[in-house]
Amino acid sequence: MTNLIAATDICTYHGIEYTFIDSLSAAGLVKLKVVKKSAYVPETELQKLEKMIRMHHELEINVAGIEAIVHLLERVEQMQEEMRVLRNRVG
Amino acid sequence: MAFIDYYQVLGVDKKATDKDIKNAYRKLARKYHPDLNPNDAEAHKKFQQLNEANEVLSDPDKRKKYDQYGENWQHGAEYEQARRQQQSRQQHGGFGGAQSGGFEGFGSDDFSDFFQSMFGGGGGARGGRQAKYRGQDYNAELKLGLKDAAETHKQTLTVNGKNIRITIPAGVENGQNIKIAGHGGPGANGGPAGDLYITFSVADDPRFKRIGSDLYCSAKLDIYTAVLGGELTVDTLDSKVKIKVKPETPNGTKVKLKGKGMPVYKKEGQFGDLYVTYDVQVPTNLTAKQKKLFEEIRDEVSPPPP
Repeated sequence: MTNLIAATDICTYHGIEYTFIDSLSAAGLVKLKVVKKSAYVPETELQKLEKMIRMHHELEINVAGIEAIVHLLERVEQMQEEMRVLRNRVG
Repeated sequence: MAFIDYYQVLGVDKKATDKDIKNAYRKLARKYHPDLNPNDAEAHKKFQQLNEANEVLSDPDKRKKYDQYGENWQHGAEYEQARRQQQSRQQHGGFGGAQSGGFEGFGSDDFSDFFQSMFGGGGGARGGRQAKYRGQDYNAELKLGLKDAAETHKQTLTVNGKNIRITIPAGVENGQNIKIAGHGGPGANGGPAGDLYITFSVADDPRFKRIGSDLYCSAKLDIYTAVLGGELTVDTLDSKVKIKVKPETPNGTKVKLKGKGMPVYKKEGQFGDLYVTYDVQVPTNLTAKQKKLFEEIRDEVSPPPP
């Protein structure tokens, strides 16, 4: 079973507004679980969420920008993996 | 230890305002931030340099000190000491307390020797919210032989003085990454620790070439077995197997030994295949009798012209 962390705890911890997490969820970038009307973040989503919080805080990137970056990063990682497999084949 | 031109690092001139510096930092950070450059050590290094430059130039005290001593920074510490001693005499012993506290998200270990020498190890915490930051992710490389990679085994690694016992699943590939959560750098201001990423470097094996879970090798086959058929013993990764050779097997024939390849990563009981290519050996140093026998075969196959 996955541990759930209250979204409000994450907001306090990182000093962010709940609306930010909610917008990420609305964009499909993070999966939230609602239990008794309160939002929770599954532990498995935490690292992904914290990465997006850093992009927002440290680089001042808005949700739309984060969405574009996340998709591009997925492609970069997929291509890096393909390159690794191909390099092994050639080497 | 070389002087670092922090203005050059951020691409601003010495008259740059705080806003110019902030903008230049944000712009470059967006380009080199480790979250946007996965598995890119060069970008990571560049980002650390940017942080260091920003740490100095965005802090009025540090910037003043940096501008004051500039390239003569090596003498800066001496001047400071002399100045402090003088003040101390005048004030009958003041407390020159060094500030302590973490940088925003980056340990002082990430800063250059130049920075440490000029500003000390800890640096001063800037005003405002004391944000909690997740620790830095660590990357390590683990070298394995092909045979090691074929078996699940436990290994103890020492990371920052702590021993971590990890299980390496059978079938890891060269360049593959695994994450050990929470074993990276410590967090700042009570933030969680980073993760440890281990990249496996699986060495080439002189006998086998690996493609995914399949293995490829060549086996020498004498011409008599190739022509007449028979048996051949070939090495697998961990043992030997006997294979039947069909009569009239041409050179370069490839045979598949099912399930004799590498274990499939995290799929217990599944294995790749081993492909053996025959390398038919032509006999040398024939005796007169042997040569005659070959001639007989040749004449039988294609009789000489009358």
